[in-house]
Amino acid sequence: MTEKLRSLLDSDTNCHYYNFAYLNESAKREIRRRTLKAVAIPGHQVPFGSREIPITRGWGTGGLQLTLSLIGPEDVLKVIDQGCDGSVNAVNLRRLVTLTTGCRTTTRTSDATLIQTRHRIPETPLTRGQIIIFQVPYPEVLRYVEPQETVTRRMHAEGAYHRMWTFLYENVVQWGRITIGARYPVRVHNRYLMDPSPIPRWDIPKLNQSPALMLFGAGREKRIYAVPPFTKVEPLAFKDIPFEVEHQAGAQCSRCGATDVFLTEILDKDGSCRWICSDTDYCDQRLAAREKSHGV
Amino acid sequence: MVFNSQLPLLRVRNLCKQYGPSCSACARLTGPEQGSNICPECGSVVACFGVSFELLPGEVLGIVGESGSGKSTIIRCLNLDESPTAGEAFLSEVEGGKVNLFALSSQRKRFIQSSLLGVVYQSPHLGLNLDFSAGANVAERLLIQNNTPEYRPIRKRTSLLLNKVQVPVKRMDEPIKVFSGGMQQRIQLAKALAPRPTLLLLDEPTSGLDVSVQARVLDLIASLQRETGVSMLVVSHDLGVIRLLTHRTLVMKMGRVVEQGLTDQILEDPQHPYTQELVASVL
Repeated sequence: MTEKLRSLLDSDTNCHYYNFAYLNESAKREIRRRTLKAVAIPGHQVPFGSREIPITRGWGTGGLQLTLSLIGPEDVLKVIDQGCDGSVNAVNLRRLVTLTTGCRTTTRTSDATLIQTRHRIPETPLTRGQIIIFQVPYPEVLRYVEPQETVTRRMHAEGAYHRMWTFLYENVVQWGRITIGARYPVRVHNRYLMDPSPIPRWDIPKLNQSPALMLFGAGREKRIYAVPPFTKVEPLAFKDIPFEVEHQAGAQCSRCGATDVFLTEILDKDGSCRWICSDTDYCDQRLAAREKSHGV
Repeated sequence: MVFNSQLPLLRVRNLCKQYGPSCSACARLTGPEQGSNICPECGSVVACFGVSFELLPGEVLGIVGESGSGKSTIIRCLNLDESPTAGEAFLSEVEGGKVNLFALSSQRKRFIQSSLLGVVYQSPHLGLNLDFSAGANVAERLLIQNNTPEYRPIRKRTSLLLNKVQVPVKRMDEPIKVFSGGMQQRIQLAKALAPRPTLLLLDEPTSGLDVSVQARVLDLIASLQRETGVSMLVVSHDLGVIRLLTHRTLVMKMGRVVEQGLTDQILEDPQHPYTQELVASVL
């Protein structure tokens, strides 16, 4: 089936079988317009007309629509799912984009111009000119503390974030520290509170003053928001109880030996556990570099 | 009572709040003389109309009147929870009292509400977040004062405030719902006083409490007022509360102020027939 589709797309006579990048031009234009607004107001959620695309809502449709609206023939795409280029979700999204655009793809973070990601920021530092697109399940950071959309919008408009602070206060009262793992609330450009998508706390510092443009798309909730390059992003924390990233004492990647990365715990069949890099590309690069230096 | 300054802290001019379409005949066809606050022409409810008064720094002003006379509407408008249909309010601490509070942006209003105003409602669920603990409710008002708040100083001040309103500090991390009604009112008071407001709005602060608890909460309010010198606006239908707390009183009926003056004077020598009826029925 895929082969047939590919041949249809490749042949000159059938090149209009699908529009470039699947979405029609007016849909792409609308999403780009919303994206521009989102970039102009860092951290502010902009509603957009989330289109039907051939994946289920909640499986990265927001991120995919952003990717499809931004990708051009010269772009090089990388898609990751929790740091992994090879997971089913990442592979399928990548296949859909390449089928409808013919764009090149890569797993190397430094080679990509567009990176679509689910719940991670690559370990390799992003550079100027790159765009990273996050898939967002819950765009509303205040949903922790307020169920009503009308109320949360008002809270954002008035900058009334005391309820989130009270939530953190109660957290410290109860546990002695802030226990939020993924989806850690951040403040963008000293103004809006933002949900950074369910990235681990480890990735939160990478949002701050990032040279790459960061876009967030929530397809089910129909929201786009953005952090422009070189923008201040700070996690909410008390002055005397500072923000901390995850740390597992003594943990080390069992493949490449890295310790200063976000590690995933793997349980082997015999019940023993080991750690590996969550970012598979970073791990591969380290292994390749090691082999090269041994070879020389 | 000597007031430090004759410059009013709060000036309210011609405050009107109508619910409904409101027409030109609303003012003429409602009020105590007409015996109704529902306009027969358009069916609007005229909750309050043409209310003007001034409040000096450190002064306690009472508003008394029966249910539906517009007392609580005034409190809601002055706490910037609701926008009035017409009227102006000036607070001396906001740009020297030259800007109408009601015309400010919602962001400014929210800032004023959280830093200069404090409110205690009749029922605790209006003023307190029942999902949070007692301490968190008080801390909520302190957490907005700073962009990056400090946990320990806020915790310390929270326990100080709770101690001040006689809530046992060792219970500060318990949820609101396990406290008694009197305690909840006192927690509301601590919450209202947390950012050291200049104006405290009390909307029937003791109406839901039994008499002995009521007396203790009133004592507390009076002593805190003397201690902090905060200006207060006390709304009550209970003349006892008004007599105990306030220096000056407005009497309201059907959305209009029918009489105003020193509290003793109003209670001893009421002029308006409605006030006479009110005083006679209680004392």
